Amino acid sequence: MADPVGYRRAAPGTQPEWLHPPYRSSVGRAPTRPPVRAPHTISEITGPIFGHDRVGPDEVDLTRQHGAPAIGERIIVGGRVLDEDGRPLPGTLVELWQCNAAGRYRHPLDQHDAPLDPNFTGFGRAIADAEGRYRFVTVRPGAYPWRNHANAWRPAHIHFSLFGPGFVTRLVTQMYFPGDPLLPLDPIFNCVADPVAQQRLIAAFDLESTVPEVALGYRWDIVLRGRAATPMER
Amino acid sequence: MRLVTTPSQTVGPYVHIGFDPMTVTDLAKDAAGERIVVAGRVLDGAGQPIPDAVLELWQANAAGRYAHPEDAGSAPLDPAFLGFGRVPTDGDGRFRFTTIRPGAAPGPGNTLQAPHIVVCLFMRGLLRHLFTRIYLEDAPENAGDPILALIDEPARRGTLLARRTAGEAEYRWDIVMQGDRETVFFDV
Ligand SMILES: [Fe+2]
Repeated sequence: MADPVGYRRAAPGTQPEWLHPPYRSSVGRAPTRPPVRAPHTISEITGPIFGHDRVGPDEVDLTRQHGAPAIGERIIVGGRVLDEDGRPLPGTLVELWQCNAAGRYRHPLDQHDAPLDPNFTGFGRAIADAEGRYRFVTVRPGAYPWRNHANAWRPAHIHFSLFGPGFVTRLVTQMYFPGDPLLPLDPIFNCVADPVAQQRLIAAFDLESTVPEVALGYRWDIVLRGRAATPMER
Repeated sequence: MRLVTTPSQTVGPYVHIGFDPMTVTDLAKDAAGERIVVAGRVLDGAGQPIPDAVLELWQANAAGRYAHPEDAGSAPLDPAFLGFGRVPTDGDGRFRFTTIRPGAAPGPGNTLQAPHIVVCLFMRGLLRHLFTRIYLEDAPENAGDPILALIDEPARRGTLLARRTAGEAEYRWDIVMQGDRETVFFDV
């Protein structure tokens, strides 16, 4: 059997290094030795494929998972999941988690003095459609303090997790909002050296997906690794 | 025109909100094959347990076939086996999962890969996930494995070998992020 066609390697600066000292937690956890370069075998180009049965109907609307609507500014976040060649990646499982509008996570470790919302869990899940599209309804997350440095605040963000076509296309990232004054101060956002790649992390306000009288829309396309070469037609 | 990939960002301290709904610590369920348990700890550079790590696992079935359309091998698929796991560490940095012993799968050229489990590791502090592999120390195929052979220092290959614990179908495998026993991670 011919060797599998692998996925492209990241161009320098477009993905974070593991050690980024301004982000303090990376210092004791980033490996000190360079990872061993290895080819993509059948074990790397394959990966789990999840069906639509994984996603419940209430999982794309985080504002309506409880008895009453979640508190906060309702927003729509949507876009396409693409590969580096701009091809849509239908069937991609997208998982999302976030804090509530006050900047508090529903998690025992979050002790930030901000109210919990009993009607907001902060978890959503979707499967990208045939054009690679996904769409969530949620509330705009608040900024929250963390103890990385003096007076440190995370810019508003939503955590995203995606399974692409193979295990090496796996991506976990964070989506930010345009114009946030905290972005230039955030060591996590600023771990990406390449300015074009860094801009990928910021959603765009989108009048087209904004629903009149209901919610502002934000568009965020997510780009996963593409193939090093086009696989032969099978 | 080629698009730039979206950069990775850390899962942060509240990863459980996003990952727990799809936790899988029993990959085996009704699958065919020999059941094994792999258990261990995740430790940081100071030797302290990491309580907020998540291991994602991907492996072939007992016959060495992956549940994926690009695995066109002739080994049979097992409809009862997906091969995906998602295993969080507990407050002491411990993890434990049950699976079936993977079969050997083809490697580059005409090589054969020893039975292995691909691990994708997430934790607060990692801005980007890390890939590594679990091999089973008692597998005779390890000697010819093309990926283990890429590790220049033979002593470091041992960091990928899960050790059989006395008498049981249970293996012990730790992840050490830094230091003398630092686990080998792969750039894939
Ligand atoms: Fe966060």
